[in-house]
Amino acid sequence: MILPPLPDEAVALRVHAADWRAAVREAGRALTRAGAVRIEYAERMISVIDEFGAYVVIAPGLALAHARPGPDVLHEGLSVVTLAEPVAFGHPHNDPVRVIVGLAVANAEEHVASVAALANAFNDHDAVERLAAAASADEVRAILGLEAGR
Amino acid sequence: MRIVAVCGAGIGTSAILKVNAERVLDRLGIDAEVSASDLEGVARAASDAQVILTSTELAAAVRRAIGRNYAEIVEVRNFLDLDELAVLLERSLG
Repeated sequence: MILPPLPDEAVALRVHAADWRAAVREAGRALTRAGAVRIEYAERMISVIDEFGAYVVIAPGLALAHARPGPDVLHEGLSVVTLAEPVAFGHPHNDPVRVIVGLAVANAEEHVASVAALANAFNDHDAVERLAAAASADEVRAILGLEAGR
Repeated sequence: MRIVAVCGAGIGTSAILKVNAERVLDRLGIDAEVSASDLEGVARAASDAQVILTSTELAAAVRRAIGRNYAEIVEVRNFLDLDELAVLLERSLG
């Protein structure tokens, strides 16, 4: 089970976001900087939440922003955004959100492996807290069990 | 025994739920097959399932989507908390 690479460009720490849309847009921007998606992908991630609600807030403080595969996905990618001030997504139990993981997959098969790896990385109870406090992309990669520089 | 994990887009969240449910079932020694589905496909995916795992946010939509189906809808708060999942799954399957 292999996570997509998380280059420095895909990490943005202690970002100021006015609301959940701005926060999700940051996760999309980070995926775009890393070359994984076109900028429109961010709006599709926002549409998923508009359509289905804040279920993407899968654990206290953590949102897994994502959309279906599409032509705006150039290759599989992962981004991590931490917020300077937590924002509410409208989730009944898991608000406010401090960490947004952006996920882009090109097809369903590769996605299952990535997500399984992601679930593994978050098995530690304090992973979200440690991510929220991370001061560098290296630290984020270490928490997620990714090799340095990847 | 069949279990379906459901999310809005069928990508990401339902897959996390599936992976963690499989882990918990393994730990509990319960033999069950877990699949992932989006909201659109849930009626078909859950036609022969005993349990549907989803988030509180989507539970009402899942209920509407499955119509006359007797699968139990189990609402999961924290998709990453294996202990919560174990309690929920033991309650509905045990």
